Order: sequence, then C-alpha cells, then structure tokens
Amino acid sequence: MASLPLELINTCAALLLLLSFAMLSQRRVLTQVDLYAAQGLVLSVSIFITAWSTHQLHLYFSCGLTLLLKVLVLPLILRRLIHRLDANWETETLLNMPSVLLIGLLLVMFAFVLAQPISELATTLTHGTLGIALAVVMLAFLMMITRRKAVSQVVGFLAMENGLLFAAASTTYGMPMAVELGVGLDVLVGMIILGIFLFHIREQFESLDLSHLESLKED
Amino acid sequence: MTGTHTELLGAVAIGGGWLAIGVLGLLRSHSTGWVGRALFPFGSLLGIALAAVGIIALAHGVETLILPIGLPELPFHLRLDALSAVFLVLLGATAAGVSIFAAGYFRPGEGTAPGLLGLQYHVFLASMLFVVLADDALSFMMAWESMALSSYFLVTSQHRLPEIRKAGYLYLLIAHLGAAAIVLSFGVMQGGSWQFTFEALRAAQLTPAWASMVFFLALFGFGAKAGIVPLHVWLPEAHPAAPSPVSALMSGVMLEIAVYGLLRVNLDLLQVQVWWWGLVTLGLGLLTALYGVLFAAVQTDMKRLLAYSSIENIGIIFIGLGLTLIFRSFHMPAFAALALAATLYHCLNHAFAKSLLFLGTGSVLHATGERNLGRLGGLIHRMPWVAWLALVGTLAIAGIPPFNGFVSEWLLLQSFLFTPFIPREFVNMLLPLGASGLTLAAALAAYLMVKFYGIVFLGQPREAKLAQSHDCGRLERLGLLWLASACVLLGIFPAQTLALIGQVGEELLGATTAPPLWHGLLFAPISPERAAYSPALFLLGIAVFVGLTMLIVRIAYHGRIRRAAPWVCGGFPLTPRMQDTSEGFSQPIRQIFEPFFRMRRELPSPFDAAPHYRVQIEDRIWHWLYVPVVVSVQWIARAAGMIQRGRISTYLLYSFVTLLVLLIWVL
Repeated sequence: MASLPLELINTCAALLLLLSFAMLSQRRVLTQVDLYAAQGLVLSVSIFITAWSTHQLHLYFSCGLTLLLKVLVLPLILRRLIHRLDANWETETLLNMPSVLLIGLLLVMFAFVLAQPISELATTLTHGTLGIALAVVMLAFLMMITRRKAVSQVVGFLAMENGLLFAAASTTYGMPMAVELGVGLDVLVGMIILGIFLFHIREQFESLDLSHLESLKED
Repeated sequence: MTGTHTELLGAVAIGGGWLAIGVLGLLRSHSTGWVGRALFPFGSLLGIALAAVGIIALAHGVETLILPIGLPELPFHLRLDALSAVFLVLLGATAAGVSIFAAGYFRPGEGTAPGLLGLQYHVFLASMLFVVLADDALSFMMAWESMALSSYFLVTSQHRLPEIRKAGYLYLLIAHLGAAAIVLSFGVMQGGSWQFTFEALRAAQLTPAWASMVFFLALFGFGAKAGIVPLHVWLPEAHPAAPSPVSALMSGVMLEIAVYGLLRVNLDLLQVQVWWWGLVTLGLGLLTALYGVLFAAVQTDMKRLLAYSSIENIGIIFIGLGLTLIFRSFHMPAFAALALAATLYHCLNHAFAKSLLFLGTGSVLHATGERNLGRLGGLIHRMPWVAWLALVGTLAIAGIPPFNGFVSEWLLLQSFLFTPFIPREFVNMLLPLGASGLTLAAALAAYLMVKFYGIVFLGQPREAKLAQSHDCGRLERLGLLWLASACVLLGIFPAQTLALIGQVGEELLGATTAPPLWHGLLFAPISPERAAYSPALFLLGIAVFVGLTMLIVRIAYHGRIRRAAPWVCGGFPLTPRMQDTSEGFSQPIRQIFEPFFRMRRELPSPFDAAPHYRVQIEDRIWHWLYVPVVVSVQWIARAAGMIQRGRISTYLLYSFVTLLVLLIWVL
C-alpha cells in the first residue's frame, strides 16, 4: 500500500475543507468564484491521484471532466454573469460571520461523527476522507442559507455538488461514468437556468437581494 | 348460465346506441332542432327497448359476457341477472319518458350548447346502464365514476351562476368521498385473493369483523350517492341547480342506482351476514325519511321541496333494505323476499313518480320563469295537461290508493308486521316502532304533497304574469303522459309486477312472494288470511263513490256560482293575497318539529305600515357536521401557512434541518 498517494489525497481533502471555510467567510462574490475554481482544481487533482494509484481508467475521464467544467467553464460563466449583472458587491450575511463559522465548525464535527461508521464499511484506499466530503456538502448548504444574494446561492449550490463528487470518489472510486456525465451535464444546465433566473429576478425587483422575493407571498 | 346472450347483448347495444347518439349530437352542437327534435326521441325509443329487454331478461336466467376490452388481466365482465334486470327496466322506462320530454324541453341559448348537453346526458344514461351490468369491480367503478362526472357536468350546465358552481362542487366532493369508500370496500371484500371479478368477490372468505368493514364502507359510499342523512347535503343543492330533465334522471334513476349498488353488495357479493347491519340500515332509513320529509315541508322553492322529498323516499327504500337484511340474517327468507319486493317496488315508484314531478316543475318553470312557491298558484287553469298529469305523480308520492306509492308502502308495512316473529328479544319489540315512524313519514309526505300541489296548481294566481303562462308542448306532454301511465299501471297491477320483481327474491334469497289470486285481481303477498289488496276493486269503489257524489251534487245544487269569502258575508271578491301561502301552510310543521330546524325569524312590529315577515331555515346537520370540518381544514391550512415565510433562506433551512434530523436518526 503506497502511503504517498494517501497522504496526498488527505492533503487535498484538507485543502478542500479549508477552501469551503474560506468560501463561507468570503464576502466578495468574484473571490468566491475564484475559490470555487480552486476547489474544483483541488478536487480534480485528488481524483487524478486516486486514478493514478488505483489504475482506474474512468477516473481519468472524471478528472478531466471536473477540470474542464468546474475550473474553466463554470467559473467563466459565473464571472461573465457577475460582470453583466454588475453584482460584485460585498454580500451581507444573515448572521454575523463568527457565528456562521462556529456553526460551520459544529457541522464539520457532526459530519465526522456521521462518516465514522460508513467509512469503516468502505474498502477503498481513501475511505478516511468521507467525513470531509460530507462536511463540504454541509458547509455549502450553510452558505446557501446564510447569504442574501442570489449569486452566492448559485455558488453554494455548485460547491455542494463538489462535495458530493468528492464523497463519491473517496468511498467508491467515483460513480459509474454515465452517472458522472449526467451529473456534469445537470450542473451545466442548472447553471444556465439559474443564470436566466437571476436576470429575471433583477428585472423584476431591480436587485438581486432575495429578501424582495418575500413580497411574492400571499397573505 | 344459458348459452345465448341475446338480452345482455341487446342491453350492451342500447348502451352503445346512447353513446352514439351523444356523439352524433356534436355534429351540429348548436342546433336545438337537430339535438332535441331529432336525436332525443331516438334515445327515448332506446329507453323503451331497454325496458323491454329488462322484462324479457326477468323471465330468463342469468347471462354473462366478457368484453374484449379493459385491463390485460381483468377484461370487462358483464352479467345480467334478475336484480340487474329490474333496474334496467327502471332505467329504460324512466329514461324513455324523460328523453322524450327533454326533446321538447331544451330551448336555444340556455347555458351549455345543446350538443354538449346531449352528449353528457347520453353518457350519463349509458354509464348508469353499465353500472347495472358490471360484473367486476373495475368496470363497475369506471361506469360509476363516469356516471358521477357526467352528472356533475349536467348539474353545472348553467355554470356562469356562482351558486350553481358551488352546488356542483359540493356534489362532486361528496361523490368522490363516496367513490373512495366504494373502492375501499371492494378492496376489503376481495379478502386477500386480489381477484376483482364479482365471481371472486362472492367466493372470498371474510371474518365478520372485516365483513362489517365492507358493509360500512359500502353503506357510506352508496349512501353518499343515494343521499342518506347526514350525507344528503349535496342533494337539495344539486337537484334544483340542474335542468329539470336532469333533475328527474338524477332523482328518479341515479339515487336508485346507488340503492342497486348496496343491494348488490349486501345481498349478492357479501356471503357473511351480521344481524345488526339491518338495524343500522333501518335506523338510518327512518332518520333519513323523517328528516327529508320535515325539511321538504318547510321549503319554498318547488325543486328543493322535491329534492328533500327524494331524500325521504330514499329513506323509505333504506327502511325496506334494512328489513330485508334483518329477516335474511335470521333465516326468514319468505319475509325477506317480501321486504325486498317492497324495496324494489318503491324504487320503481319513486323513479316514475319523482321524475314525473320534476318534469312537471320544469314545465312550470319554463312557462312562468318562477320556482318560488310564493309566486305561483292557480296554474291548473292555464296548464291543464301539466296539472292533471302532475296530480298523478303527487298522489303516487303521497301514497294514495289506487296509485303505486300505496302498494309499496303497504307492502313495507306488511313486512313490518312480521318483525315480532324475529327470534331475538328487544329487536322484536323495538322494530314495530319503526312501522310507526314509517307511517309518520308517509303521512307527512301526503301533507307535503298537498302543499306542493295546492300552492302551485290550485287557488288563484299569486302574480299577474301567471295569466300569460301556457301549457307545455306536445313532446313534453308525451313524456309526462308516459311516466304518469307507468305510475297508474304499477298501481293497478301490483300482482303482475310483483310476479316479475319476485324473480329477484327467488334468485338472491331463494324465496318469493305468494302468487296472485282470482286471476290477478286480488293480491296477497303472504296469505289471503293475513292481508290482501285488490286495486281494481278499490278503483271501482272510488269511481262509483266519486260518480255518485258528483251526481248527487249536480242534482241537489242549483249551479249558480258566486265566489265570495265566507267572512265577508258574500260581499267582496277573493284576492290572491287571501289564500294560504306556502309558508303559512307549513307553519304547523315548523312549530311541532321546531328542534329539527335551525330557524331565524324576523317578525314585523304591529305598527309597521309595510310589514315583512322573514323566516330562514337551515339544516342543523350542516352546522353540526360540515361546518366544523370546514373550520378545522381552514385552521390546519392557516397553521401550515405559518411555515410559508416566503424567504428562500428559511426554505433552505427547512431542507437542511430535515437532512440533519434524518442523518441523526440513521446514526
């Protein structure tokens, strides 16, 4: 059992978690997108290492797909979107930042406790990283909850998908190719649809602040 | 099982013919002439043919047929036995009269286009036909639901009026609740075999507890359609909302089809017998009969009055059904057959007489544009055809010999006289009390019919415009005449009718009523020593008596008529305002049975120059049962609305918390 790849993957996992916290605390939207791209890069590296050490051909495809989609295409679309919407403002959170980070910490602990029995069942090399993968998903969810602006929520949604992919790669060496392709396509399509929604929301309310949507509720 | 399927195939062909007529109506859907004058009479002829098929089928044995359509493992099974045949006669004969009336009734420019109305009408007829013929749960439910839907569309044909939409909604809601209960009852009835042909349901082995479940589900489901208390609330709303021929069919046939369903389940499909089922049915029937007749007595809208009277008649039918079940469970087949015959007889009577009256109100409505009893009166001079034919229906509903209503009520009372022989204490002491309840309902029904007929047709017109009203057209007269003669025939030839209906008892209970005596002139259902009735002699007696009276009056009376009120000493002429009003006529009922009603009265002060008297009567059951349901549903909706904050963050938080809770749970 080669310990170097394992160490490398654990490092990648740690980086992913760090990037998630960075996204959670980051106020500038453009920087958030950069962090998202960096997360995609780390993810693809970790998948590459897994593929290299286990000689799984389809993981190389998965790695390439992640690189293409999450490091290049989606960040590009997001950046253009932000420029066209002129949405690169400081986003305000619903809760103050320290509390959010504290909640995030609790969530990470919860994720590790949760992953303990599952990762013992898994037979793969990288089963120890499942806790981090779950933590990434939950932190992304938390980010979606605490942000007011629509663009941040889109980024949160995409980051959540990163966590899922990492979980799949670490416990079962990735999902079947067809599923992975499908998910990749879904994310792309979802991105486009959300982009259109963002335009409509701005057109309707002249702002991307989602609290305006409350006026849609009937009493 | 006979080799030929002649009658069954004939019935299926008639159903297909009705559907074809409905579709043909769409060809020129805006032409009243095409749909009304050309197609409806054909539908009427098919109705006569169906009645003939039913009568022939009564004489022959059971026929079955499997249609090559339906689900892969469950094609449509059809079956024609004596019970189905009786209801085919009922459906065919009533539909014949109503269709020919409807041919002349529909006027251009009223609500739904005539072609569409014709389609809905004929789909309604055909689905009732297939309900009666169905021999598996799936085809039964399909026909049943298409009956409910087509009648819903017929009720809401004037859908631009909000109160009619409301009535239709209430009807559809209760119809759906009922249908769900019926589906459940079939589901329980299959008893683990998962076979849904009626053949399999008959063979299923059920414990008494599960069988009681089936019984209650079926009672709820079919009772909702038949309109037993407390599921009757849709009936007085929906029947007046529909066009009169549709009200006639709904009240005269559809309610009886619901009774058919209950008979089929209880007497044919369910093999287990529990004696207290009959008591429950009988108790509900008594309650329904009294409730219906009391509310009918205080109505001021003539169609609502008839709708409540339908509730009363359904109550009487349920009383008969309850007695049948009780006798059957104590193994007294001869008495059970008598009660069953009374039940079926009353179904036939109600079908003919009530459709006749509903059609009569339709003619009155067209001639005067008025449904309020307080604005009618004296129409016997303007509309003699409608008035005299409606008199037949009125007397039939009131249960006056020699008309048909008397026969069935007499039969029912006869079967009540055998209840003391039931081998169970308390039951045999209590049940005869039911007979007094039935008598009370019958007497109040007579009172009610006097009110209906007297206020609408007798006396003087209460409004000036009534002077311009004219009698109905030829086709409408034909329809009324057909139904009225059915009432008279059923009244005069009860022995012959019973011989036909008796087949049902023979088939389901293994016993039948006694054959008629004296070449059918005298009829004694159990034995002539106990009780016998000869309508022909009775008719003769009445004719002689009335003739003699007229003769004596002619001879003794000088013949000069001057109309004057007795209290003005012959001075002033009578005005319409001096007549008894509909409210006035029912005032004693309102006083005597006050606890039944929820009344709001506004009495004028004695010094009021223009006094107005208002009374509003509401159904207590609506307030006891339905309003709490509505209130609690609204409360739950409001409570559920609390979590609808309209903020995306909150919604995300809900999903997140759900996720966390689920994860902790699996941990």
